[in-house]
Amino acid sequence: MSATTLGATRSAAVKRKTSLHRQRLWALWGSYTALAIFVVMFLVPPFYTLMTSLKSSAEISAQTGSPWLVHHPTLENFWYLITYPNFQTYYLNSVIVTVLTVIISMVISIMAAFSLARMGFWGSQALSTGVFLTYLVPSSLLFIPLFQIVGMIGLINNFWCLVLLYPTLAVPFCTWIMIGYFSSIPKELDEAALIDGASYLQILWKIFIPVAMPGIIAATIFAFTVSWGAFLYPLAYLYTSNQMVLTVGIISDLIRGDVFQWGKIMAACLLASLPPIVIYAFLMDYYVAGLTAGATKG
Amino acid sequence: MSEVSCRKVVKEYDGGVQAVKGIDLEIADHEFVVLVGPSGCGKSTTLRMIAGLEEITGGEIWIGGDVVNDIPPRDRDIAMVFQNYALYPHMSVFDNMAFGLKLRKFPKDEIKRRVDEAARILDIAPLLDRKPRALSGGQRQRVAMGRAIVRNPKVFLFDEPLSNLDAKLRVQMRTEIKKVHQTVRTTTVYVTHDQIEAMTLADRVVVMNHGVIEQVGTPNDLYHHPATRFVAGFIGSPAMNFLPCSVQDGNNGTLAIKVSDSIVLPVPASRADRYGKFKGREMVLGLRPEHLFEYHEQGKPGWTRVDLPVDVVEPMGMETMVHFFVGSEPVCARVDPATHAEPGEVLPLTADLNQMHLMEPGTGAVV
Repeated sequence: MSATTLGATRSAAVKRKTSLHRQRLWALWGSYTALAIFVVMFLVPPFYTLMTSLKSSAEISAQTGSPWLVHHPTLENFWYLITYPNFQTYYLNSVIVTVLTVIISMVISIMAAFSLARMGFWGSQALSTGVFLTYLVPSSLLFIPLFQIVGMIGLINNFWCLVLLYPTLAVPFCTWIMIGYFSSIPKELDEAALIDGASYLQILWKIFIPVAMPGIIAATIFAFTVSWGAFLYPLAYLYTSNQMVLTVGIISDLIRGDVFQWGKIMAACLLASLPPIVIYAFLMDYYVAGLTAGATKG
Repeated sequence: MSEVSCRKVVKEYDGGVQAVKGIDLEIADHEFVVLVGPSGCGKSTTLRMIAGLEEITGGEIWIGGDVVNDIPPRDRDIAMVFQNYALYPHMSVFDNMAFGLKLRKFPKDEIKRRVDEAARILDIAPLLDRKPRALSGGQRQRVAMGRAIVRNPKVFLFDEPLSNLDAKLRVQMRTEIKKVHQTVRTTTVYVTHDQIEAMTLADRVVVMNHGVIEQVGTPNDLYHHPATRFVAGFIGSPAMNFLPCSVQDGNNGTLAIKVSDSIVLPVPASRADRYGKFKGREMVLGLRPEHLFEYHEQGKPGWTRVDLPVDVVEPMGMETMVHFFVGSEPVCARVDPATHAEPGEVLPLTADLNQMHLMEPGTGAVV
């Protein structure tokens, strides 16, 4: 009797083990399938862009053979753009606007986040919420009233207006990210630093910024993306080619009337995506979470 | 000259909750004082007020002859060791220890000399280049202590520094802390909820409860002469046994403590005067487990036989804890491991009444 019971228990245990194994297998298959779909969806457009950018205008307009393959690869589109003064101007303008936007946004949001997360003054809680709410207002609703303001300060058709406007898009979200990171730093760290003799600015500079580096990198990437990829504001506020940035410059310069210079447009897109790719690749190396591990007993 | 003194110190939080209710405490130069008490008794708040991390609502705190109420932490010349170490995670051990000195613009060679000296005292010299995350809990705690030592401050403040360590390491670090204090002789205020830490480390122990000081004294004072029932119960492990009782006349004109109909204990002659005035009153008898042990034929004056039915037996190796119930009150005795005790059987015990305490049930004061 007892032997039977024992046998039954054992077979149940074996069954359980198999089903656990099978569950894991299913989970793995599920993950791979989902990832494969994801990879295809995200890599097809860049692949198509690359293929088209390597074709001559004649090959594109001929429309023979598969559009996914290049028969006579050429770099003429890239060469044209690199030597094209307007494109150089767009690129330079984009770089200036973005670098300044990132610097301004990060300085403001780091200081704001530190005071909101740590100094605990009257109303700091409401202000933190307010900062986030600002972010929820769609920028596409703001650009018309902002047009008036930009006009009043005489910066219409001047790319410096973007240096002024982009931080209003980037700062709320960056501040919000940084508040989160700063709040996760144990309170004892600033207390220890206070006792060691640091001022608030020294605590921010010597403790918070190094410790919250992953957060700062995340916020920097965000500010960079906002500024580099923004389309609506430059479209609305800039209209001569010496002031344009890449996003608007490419379409206004390379689409003439109803003539789409597809090869050049695609090549321009690839050249314009180069800085984000380089920056992501560079910063991702430093984007390691768990930098705070070891500060305190977790 | 680095005494610390608290005079009528009050801490009241928003909403009128008083964490510390007007405490007075004098800590002498070079003294090692431990604040001990249960969670929420105000001990950490008191320490943080001394550190300058909490504002003082009322009263004065003096450090080294100056009122420091409005002086920021960095100018109080104190160093603090936190429960979770609070090491700067991005700095090496050396930089962690040197941080305070660098901020104070000490010359480089002086910083190096001090850090090396502290590292030698704490035995962490080989770790100076490591980051905190590459250290074990005990090593991190040493670095945190090193950071305090290099500053050579007037006062060390420890906020439950050993609570995050495992039991074995805790005992080891306890000895280390004591050794460090014997070496550097800096006035130390140490907060813990662990009464054993308090007893082993302190020159004087301050027992706090509900924001007030229950008693200040040497570890021996607190153990042998607790002022209140709270102190009597808090100090000593296992805790003191408390039994409701009444004081009444015994045989031959002596005084007796009646715990139950079957347990009537004669008060030793040396205590009769002290307890006589409570005759006829309901009181609480306090007797430590170590003063309730196996029965000896040849007793001493003040020893009385008590027979109790055994509930649970806990052998500890060098001694055995035996638990009983007297009425509904639990009682623990500390007996020789050779004593045979089985649950359910009646064990003859000796109560050493020379060590008894009698308390007023209302106020908890030991009489």
